[in-house]
Amino acid sequence: MTQAGAEALTQARDGSDPAVRLPRRRGIELALIVLAVLLSVYGYCAVGLARNGAVPPGAAGYGAGLGVLALLAHLTVRWRAPHADPLLLPIAVLLNGIGLVLIYRLDLETPGDRAAPTQLVWSTLGVALFLFVVAALRDHRVLQRYAYVSVVAALALLTLPIFFPAVNGARIWIRIAGFSIQPGEFAKVLLAVFFAAYLAANRTALAYAGRKIWWMQLPTGRVLGPIVAIWLLSVGVLVLERDLGTSLLFFGLFVVMLYVATGRTGWIAVGLLLAVLGAVAVGRLEPHVHSRVEDWLHPFASIEAGQGPNQLAQSLFSFAAGGTLGTGLGLGHSVLIGFAVKSDFILATAGEELGLAGLSALFLLYGLLVERGYRAGLALRDPFGRLLAVGLASIVALQVFVIAGGVTGLIPLTGMAMPFLAQGGSSVVTNWAIVALLIRVSDSARRQYDGKEAP
Amino acid sequence: MTRHIRHAAIFCALLLAALLVNATRVQVVRSASYDDNPANRRAAIARYAQPRGDILVGGAPVTGTRDTREQLRHERTYRDGPLYAPVTGFSSQVYGTTFLEHSEDGILSGTDPLLAPFPLWNDFTRSRPPGGNVVTTLNARAQRAAYEGLARRKGAVAAVEPATGRILALVTAPSYDPSVLSGNGPGVTEAWARLNSDPDRPMLNRAVRQTYPPGSTFKVVTTAAALDAGVIRNLDAPTDSPAPYRLPGTTTSLTNGWKECENASLRDAFVWSCNTVFAKLGVDVGLTNMVATAEAFGFNAADVRIPFSVAQSTFDTSLDRAQLALSSIGQYNTRATPLQMAMVAAAVANGGQLRPPYLVERTTRWSGATVATAGPRPARQAMYPSTARRLRQLMTDVVRKGTGKNAAIRGATVGGKTGTAQHGIGNAGKPYAWFVSWAQADRDLEPKVAVAVVVEDSAANRRDITGGGLAAPIARAVMEAVLTS
Repeated sequence: MTQAGAEALTQARDGSDPAVRLPRRRGIELALIVLAVLLSVYGYCAVGLARNGAVPPGAAGYGAGLGVLALLAHLTVRWRAPHADPLLLPIAVLLNGIGLVLIYRLDLETPGDRAAPTQLVWSTLGVALFLFVVAALRDHRVLQRYAYVSVVAALALLTLPIFFPAVNGARIWIRIAGFSIQPGEFAKVLLAVFFAAYLAANRTALAYAGRKIWWMQLPTGRVLGPIVAIWLLSVGVLVLERDLGTSLLFFGLFVVMLYVATGRTGWIAVGLLLAVLGAVAVGRLEPHVHSRVEDWLHPFASIEAGQGPNQLAQSLFSFAAGGTLGTGLGLGHSVLIGFAVKSDFILATAGEELGLAGLSALFLLYGLLVERGYRAGLALRDPFGRLLAVGLASIVALQVFVIAGGVTGLIPLTGMAMPFLAQGGSSVVTNWAIVALLIRVSDSARRQYDGKEAP
Repeated sequence: MTRHIRHAAIFCALLLAALLVNATRVQVVRSASYDDNPANRRAAIARYAQPRGDILVGGAPVTGTRDTREQLRHERTYRDGPLYAPVTGFSSQVYGTTFLEHSEDGILSGTDPLLAPFPLWNDFTRSRPPGGNVVTTLNARAQRAAYEGLARRKGAVAAVEPATGRILALVTAPSYDPSVLSGNGPGVTEAWARLNSDPDRPMLNRAVRQTYPPGSTFKVVTTAAALDAGVIRNLDAPTDSPAPYRLPGTTTSLTNGWKECENASLRDAFVWSCNTVFAKLGVDVGLTNMVATAEAFGFNAADVRIPFSVAQSTFDTSLDRAQLALSSIGQYNTRATPLQMAMVAAAVANGGQLRPPYLVERTTRWSGATVATAGPRPARQAMYPSTARRLRQLMTDVVRKGTGKNAAIRGATVGGKTGTAQHGIGNAGKPYAWFVSWAQADRDLEPKVAVAVVVEDSAANRRDITGGGLAAPIARAVMEAVLTS
């Protein structure tokens, strides 16, 4: 498989006609990054102006910090991945910048708890990891060799928090030197790498062997065994840790990648069946989950019971208060949500203060990020690269859906970080790693462009 | 694989579409209902985010605002709280608003569309202009005179300007300080419980929300009906009235405190307040005419607003002759608010023209620019001008030589009528002392003030409870305050 991919790459390089070569568009990337940084600084100033009538003193420093990080990332892309998709990095910078603005804005409501500086440190670490990945990983296919290392590391990371005390009902954090780390965040990238490598290697066997029941082609136990075992293990760990959002994310990722690799609708049927079984079982057995479903079905039950609005009701109030155009940065009352307003519920602040217009813009930014990932996957010729691109993009898509759908009452709420926006170091570092890998695969995709399928 | 990547991409696009549709549902379609949910604190936060406008009496604010810097930030304060409580009402973070704080809430809190610089401006900018001010018609000196006159007794005073209907004084006693209900603290709940369990009911606005049997003060209305209907043509001709007077169709006899009521002239009967004469007079006038005149004075009118609502004063419309006789002397089912009785005196003073009473002179922006003024209100003819002229004579006689001598003011013409209203089962309750009057200073062209006072004094000796003794001095103080302002 690797050889075939390499051949395709060489062919593309040698045989490509300079006339159909894609423009690199690094200048556009730079211009968009400048725009993204300016937008973030504008948001930062808008908060200060709305709250105190003055530009906050840290505005220049904040803009310079974000600008330097973005510029470093841009230069590294120019140096190591000059053909990469020019939209990926500006989107990441903009989302991270907006996230910092929102957290800074919420810090004003909680004088005792300042999260923005920490988040800026984590963002710096994330960009550092981005620089490292883009600079050190010359070809994404190298990762294929580390499939089993990845899965072992992922399982180790998932298991680690079991040995640490639970925080707010979920056992997903480890605390080292004052920093909380959520190892599960890193695990999802590693699992995507593993799934991509394993499915790329075994996809023929998965797709064409095995029995056929009705119209469904079931795979043989031999190829199915390891993957189901690993999936069950990871999901089991998650249920034990009570982190249902991540569990849902892994499950969705697994089904999407299996479907893309094999093209078997049977996988979707099996996946849905498992999902329903899992949901019913967990919903019955776990009071924690059961109450989440109840809250989703009746968000105002606690109000009617005279206990005041719960977090989901407060979140809905917050979104509703924003209306079409929002209250303006710094002028909303999303802080009424209380606990987790800067992390799981960060989107409520965006919805209230930027309105449906701002919220839709955010969703479309995520959509664009995912679309660029899928486009790279379509343009690539090697199955591992394609599956990796699809897997990484799907992580973003599913994660956004699970948490955004949760806080807006579309699906039951499960705790999860909004990519780039939410407070949470592990999350922001992981997302920068995802963007770095997408830059890497899109660089390959656009470099080997053969004039047929424009990425 | 390409085809399946596209399928997966479509799946992601569907997720995106679902998020966008749902966001529209929450933020646009359901937005209003979520905003209006009583558990949503945003409306309250916005409401108290800025200082509330003030209520002004005589050009000076009687309200204020304290910045607590808490979530519901600005709390209401009151200068002379108990004195103005029946006018301002309270503005509480917990218990809402009453009286002017309630009916003028839009202006005071800044939400009134009239305060916006342009139509829809506030909706567009999501801002709220500073709260406007409410300028009342009250006369500060009259208000204080009434409150001090009532002293520690239970009762109420209402005073109006006859020519316009402006309310000059509106006092209730015992009163309370509405400041204790501002804010969120546990003290507010305690104060609320204490005020509500107080047997004296200090939060009851007796001047407009409590009706009393008007007793003999209602004889003004009966007289107006008799004169208008032509039942009496000569004030000084003896009336054919027995004393005691047996109520038609019953064996109950009505008696008087004064011996010479038998066949007394209307003037003497009015000056000495003969129950027998007026009970018979009411029956002679007949139910239809009595009801018509009472309603012309404002009785039975539903939903009177000044701008907050006033309790309905009643004159029963289906009565037998005995009941009509009792109703005509302000007993049985006849009930009136002090404000209603002030209106009766005002109609007499204003030549029979009744001006609807009002309390808000104008509303202004925070800057002082006028938003709305009370404007002229159509007058209603309560009786013929000739009837009013004759009633003024009768009422002047009451003060000059009759039961209302305590209300006389040097340098002014004062007309009045006393009343001592029986109430309770078998008239067991201590009677209410009434006095209604109007006054015209000698230098003025028309009467400047009409006032009604009711005192429900359970502490006084039963015999000492008379309108002339308890209520007239208070009315006099109020009228003097107005005439000398």
